[in-house]
Amino acid sequence: MTLYAMFLCGLALAAQEKPYFVTYSHDLEEPGNLEIETKTALAKPDGGNHYGALATELEYGVRAWWTSELYLDGQATSQDSTLFTGFRIENRIRPLMREHAVNPVLYVEYENTSGADKTVLEVVGHDGQGDLAGPNAEARKEHQHEAEFKLILSSNIHDWNVSENFITEKDLGHAPWEFGYAVGATRPLRSAGGSRPCAFCADKFIAGVESYGGLGDTFSLTLGQTSHYIAPLIGWQLPGNARLSFSPGFGLTDSSLNRVYRVGLAFEIEQVGRWFRSQRGGVQ
Amino acid sequence: MKRHLFAILCIACFATLALAAASSARWQQIPARDHARVNPLAGNGEAASAGALIYRDHCQQCHQAAGQGDGHKHPSLRTDRIRSASDGDIEWFLRQGDIGHGMPSWSSLPAAQRWQVVAYLKSIQ
Repeated sequence: MTLYAMFLCGLALAAQEKPYFVTYSHDLEEPGNLEIETKTALAKPDGGNHYGALATELEYGVRAWWTSELYLDGQATSQDSTLFTGFRIENRIRPLMREHAVNPVLYVEYENTSGADKTVLEVVGHDGQGDLAGPNAEARKEHQHEAEFKLILSSNIHDWNVSENFITEKDLGHAPWEFGYAVGATRPLRSAGGSRPCAFCADKFIAGVESYGGLGDTFSLTLGQTSHYIAPLIGWQLPGNARLSFSPGFGLTDSSLNRVYRVGLAFEIEQVGRWFRSQRGGVQ
Repeated sequence: MKRHLFAILCIACFATLALAAASSARWQQIPARDHARVNPLAGNGEAASAGALIYRDHCQQCHQAAGQGDGHKHPSLRTDRIRSASDGDIEWFLRQGDIGHGMPSWSSLPAAQRWQVVAYLKSIQ
């Protein structure tokens, strides 16, 4: 009953975020709010089967300058199996308390996943489609305990958002450090809001593009055999204040997946802490 | 016992004054150029209506439906401070937020929508 009430509460709220799937902007979750988002990636690596990978993200605004997230990952591969592939915990911290031309955010993540993880929410080092083509029974035997750091730089220029992410990742058990990048730009289709509630108005849509890829590692700091993608983005602020986003990504190198289609669906639940406090008060 | 009570009262008064000073200082940080800005949507009858919808989506959860605040962490928006603020002051505050004190920056909203919210906030004073 509690969860049901929270869900209804969430339907009545807005989620105002960019439709990026890989790139981060300096937007953080509003303090006290919980956003639940699913990010699905659909693709077919050369020599492998079609797969769908689902990342379920729980994002909580701890402070206006600090957002914490938990990801639960899984995937299903055609003619193979469906499995849970691990979890990730990340924190984003905004060190500067004012808006600047370029706004930095520090990102720290711990990742505990198996080699069967196919969500491709970041590309680093020499990650390629070959990593996604093996049978699940083999891939799941590989365990990855990784730390990932990002420097997020983001600017709101007029109605545009332009974001750049510099990524470094390291397996906690062995070398090397791997590097990657993600950049993106988005803009609402119309700047001004309408004076009446409207589902299909242009101000409810945000369009843009993002690009991401690997930059090699400390063993081989080259662009050889690295993956790179470019992906148009569209986000729609749904009636009921959920958010739907879609992005077809196109691989730019031989190591990249030819295409990866992404779909995101998000709900935001406001002031979760306050809700629990009031429940506790009601019991007393 | 009385000494402890007195110390607690002193700390509470100091904390209240410090918070008030911090809040007041935030308004004093507004650059003169921003303070002087006039709402480009002033006089547009639909701006306040559109601002009300944006307010409902993004601001109401903290500042309540009528902007009265929750009397606790989230302050009222119907105060002398807001009434006397210029359009530019309010737009600056929306754009910058007060991140250290829990108010997010709304720089991610398009400028036109921030001005619509300014029109709405002025209309409810």
